[in-house]
Amino acid sequence: MTRVHDIVSNPTMTYQQQLLNLARLAEEYDTSLPRDKEFVEALEEQILCDLGEGLAPYRPRYILPDYRILMEKGSKTLELDPPTDIWEATNALLIMYKNVPSITSFPVWLGNFTQLLAPFDKDEAETRKAMKLFLQHIDKTLTDSFVHANIGPEDARINRIILDLTKEMQLAIPNLTLIYDPARTSDEFALACIDCMLATSKPSFANDVMYRADDNDWEYGIASCYNALHVGGGGYTLPRIRLYNASLKTDDPEDFINRVLPHYCEILLRNMDQRIRYIVEESNFFKSNFLVKEGFVKRENFTGMFGVVGMAECVNHLLKIDDKMKGYGHNKEAEDLAVRINDKLNEIVNAHEGVYCENSHNHYVLHAQVGLDCDGPEISPGMRIPIGCEPQLFEHISLETRMHKHYVSGIGDIFKLDDTWNNTQPALLDIIKGAFENGMRYFTAYNADNDVVRVTGYLVKRSEIEKYENNEASLNNCTSFGYGAKHNAKSLDRRVYDESSHQ
Amino acid sequence: MQNRWIVEYTMKAPINKIIDFSNVDGPGNRCAIFFQSCPFRCLYCHNPETIRLCVNCGTCVKQCPAQALSFEDGKVVWDDEKCVECDTCIHVCPNLATPKIKEIEVDDLVAHIKQVKPFIRGITVSGGECMNQADYLLELFQKVQRLGLTCLIDSNGIHDFRKFPELMQVCDGVMLDVKAVDPVFHQELCACDNAMVLKNLDYLLEIDKLEEVRTVILPERDEENEKTVRYVSSHLQGRSRYKLIRYRPFGVREAGITAFGNHTYPKEAMEQYELICRENATKTCVII
Repeated sequence: MTRVHDIVSNPTMTYQQQLLNLARLAEEYDTSLPRDKEFVEALEEQILCDLGEGLAPYRPRYILPDYRILMEKGSKTLELDPPTDIWEATNALLIMYKNVPSITSFPVWLGNFTQLLAPFDKDEAETRKAMKLFLQHIDKTLTDSFVHANIGPEDARINRIILDLTKEMQLAIPNLTLIYDPARTSDEFALACIDCMLATSKPSFANDVMYRADDNDWEYGIASCYNALHVGGGGYTLPRIRLYNASLKTDDPEDFINRVLPHYCEILLRNMDQRIRYIVEESNFFKSNFLVKEGFVKRENFTGMFGVVGMAECVNHLLKIDDKMKGYGHNKEAEDLAVRINDKLNEIVNAHEGVYCENSHNHYVLHAQVGLDCDGPEISPGMRIPIGCEPQLFEHISLETRMHKHYVSGIGDIFKLDDTWNNTQPALLDIIKGAFENGMRYFTAYNADNDVVRVTGYLVKRSEIEKYENNEASLNNCTSFGYGAKHNAKSLDRRVYDESSHQ
Repeated sequence: MQNRWIVEYTMKAPINKIIDFSNVDGPGNRCAIFFQSCPFRCLYCHNPETIRLCVNCGTCVKQCPAQALSFEDGKVVWDDEKCVECDTCIHVCPNLATPKIKEIEVDDLVAHIKQVKPFIRGITVSGGECMNQADYLLELFQKVQRLGLTCLIDSNGIHDFRKFPELMQVCDGVMLDVKAVDPVFHQELCACDNAMVLKNLDYLLEIDKLEEVRTVILPERDEENEKTVRYVSSHLQGRSRYKLIRYRPFGVREAGITAFGNHTYPKEAMEQYELICRENATKTCVII
C-alpha cells in the first residue's frame, strides 16, 4: 500500500508518470514469468540486474517499426492513407508514434527523418513550419528522452531544417543520431551536425561503416540511448551483468574469466530465453498487435540484448589497483584484461543458441549498457572510464576504440568540451573520423555550459533537474534519472576537454 | 641506451611538451610539438619556462616535493614517473627554464606521431622558438610528410627563412607572430630587434607559405596596437588569416604583469582593430 501511496502523493510526478509507475508496480506482482533460483539469487546479490523489466513483460523492450511502410501503404488499424505532403506525413507519424509500445511506453525509435520526410520537403518555409510543430509535439507528448530519431547518412534540405530547429528550440526530446559514413556524408553536413551537437548535445555520430560491416543483412536504426537494432524488429529484453560485483567473487583474473564470468553469463542467458519465450508465447504482442499484423515489425527481426556494465571497476579489482588514476584508462595491463574479458563475453554469448532471434543468427547481441541512476559511483557504464579519471583525449579515445568491437547492439562514450571547440569544429571532425576508422562505434560530445546535456546516453535539461530538485514535476521522464545520475554517479562531472587538459 | 652501439645517427632536440590533440595550433586537429629555448624575452610570454635551456644549477632539485628531480653526473635529471606535475620546479627556476625536458630523436618522435596519425591532419612545431632547431625540423618534416601529414611551423620570425630553402620546401606553412612593428617598442617588449620578423613576413607572403599571422593586443598600448595591426593587415591584403589575440595574464611572469596588468583585454575593444583589418581587405581576421 505504501508504494502506491508514495506514487499517488509524489509532487515531482506528472499524471502520466504516476500512471506508468503504477502500471510498473502491477507488473511486479505477477508470478507467471518463470525464473531460476540462481537468477533470483544473483539479482539479490546485485550481480545480475533485470533493468526493471518486471515479472510479466507484455511487449518487447525496444521496438523499431519500419515506418517506410506507413509512408508507402498507410495503416489499416490507424485508418491512415499514405501521406501526400509534409503535413500528412508528420501527422501520420505522430499518430503512429503514440501506438508504439516499449519498456518506457514511449516509442524509442522515431525512424530516419531524412529517409521518411525528405520526399515531402517541397516548400522550404512550409517544411520548416511543419517540422517545428512536429518537434514541439514530440517534445511535449513523447515525454521521455529515450525517444530517438536518426538522420543521414546523405545530406538533404530537411536535415538542415532539423538542425536549425534543434538549435533554435533547445529541446531534450527527441534524442538524435547522425548515421555517419564519410563516403556518403559530406564534411559540410558533418560539420553542421557538429555545430548543432556542441550547442545542444545532439546529434551523436554512429559509425555506419562499422555497423554495416557487422552483418550485411542487418538494416539497423539507433534507438533509445545508442542501441543499434534491426529496423522492423528490435530488442526483446536487456538484462545486465554488473562485472564489478561479479569480480568480487574472486581475486584472480584467470578464475574470473574461466569460472565466475561463464557461471553468471549462463544464468543471465537462461533468463533471457525465459523472458523472450514469455513475450513471444504468453503475451499478446506477436499475436495481435497491429505492428505485427500489418508487417511494421517481424518477430524474427528481434533479438535479446546482453547488457554489460562496470568493466573499469572489475579489472581494477582483479588487478588489485586501488588508485583509479592508475587503473583502467591509465594502465595497459588493465585494458588488456578488459579486452580479454570482452573476447570471453563474446565467445559465451555467441555459443548460446538464443530463442526467436533468427535474423541475428540465432544468437543474442552484446550491449554496453549506460548504467542506471541507482548504480552508484562504483559501477561505471559499459566500458567507460570512471568519471573524474579521464586521461588525455587521445588516450581516452584510443582506449574506447579497443573496447567497441563486440558490442554490436550499442556502445559509446560522451566527451565534454570547452568552448574553444566552437571555433575549431573541423578539428573535432578529424577526431571523429580517426576514431571511427579505428573501431569506435559511436561518438557524442557537448559543450560544458549547455542547458541540454547528455547524462549517460539520454538527454536532459539542467534547468529541468533544478526544477526537480525544488520538488517540482518535470514533463520529461528522464529528468528524475538525470537527478539520480547527477547525485549518485556524478554523471555531469565528467572531464572537460579544453586547452588546459593538454597538460 | 648509453651502452648501445650507435650505428645510425638521428638528430636529437630538447622538447618541452607534445600535445597529441591540439585544436588551437593551426587548421583541424594537430599534434603540437613544443621545443625548448627562445631568443625572445617577451614580457607577456605565457610559458616563460620554455625560454632557456636548463643550466643544471640544481635550485629545483632541492625543492621538488615528489623527489622526481635528482643530480646525475652534474646534470639535473627528471623522473616523469615520480613527477606529480605541481610545477614547483618551474616556479623556483631562476633561469626561465625547466628540468622537465626530453631529448628526443627524430625517429622516436616520428614513431609517436604515427600512433596519433589517424586522428590528425598534421603536426605543428612550436616552442620556445622551434626554428632554433631548423636542421632537426628538416629531417622531421621529411619523414612526417611521407606519412601524409601536413607540417606547420609556429615561429616568432627571428631566423631568416630565406636561409632554409629545403625546409621551406617541405613545410606547408608558417604561422608567424608579429608582436610589434615599431622597432623601439618591439625591443622593449621582446628584448630583440624586429627587422628580421618583418622581412620574413614579406618573404613568406612572396613564397606563399604564410599560414597565418598573430598579434597580441595589449592593454593601454592603443597606439602600438594600431600601428602593428595596420601594418600587418595592409601587407596581407587578405592573402592570409590574421589572428588577433587578446592579452591574457595567465602564466605571465611578474615583469609582464607589471607592464600589462592583471586583466584580460576586453573583447568589446577589439572592434577598432577588426575595422582596420576590414579596411585592408583582411577578411579572415579572427579574434580570440
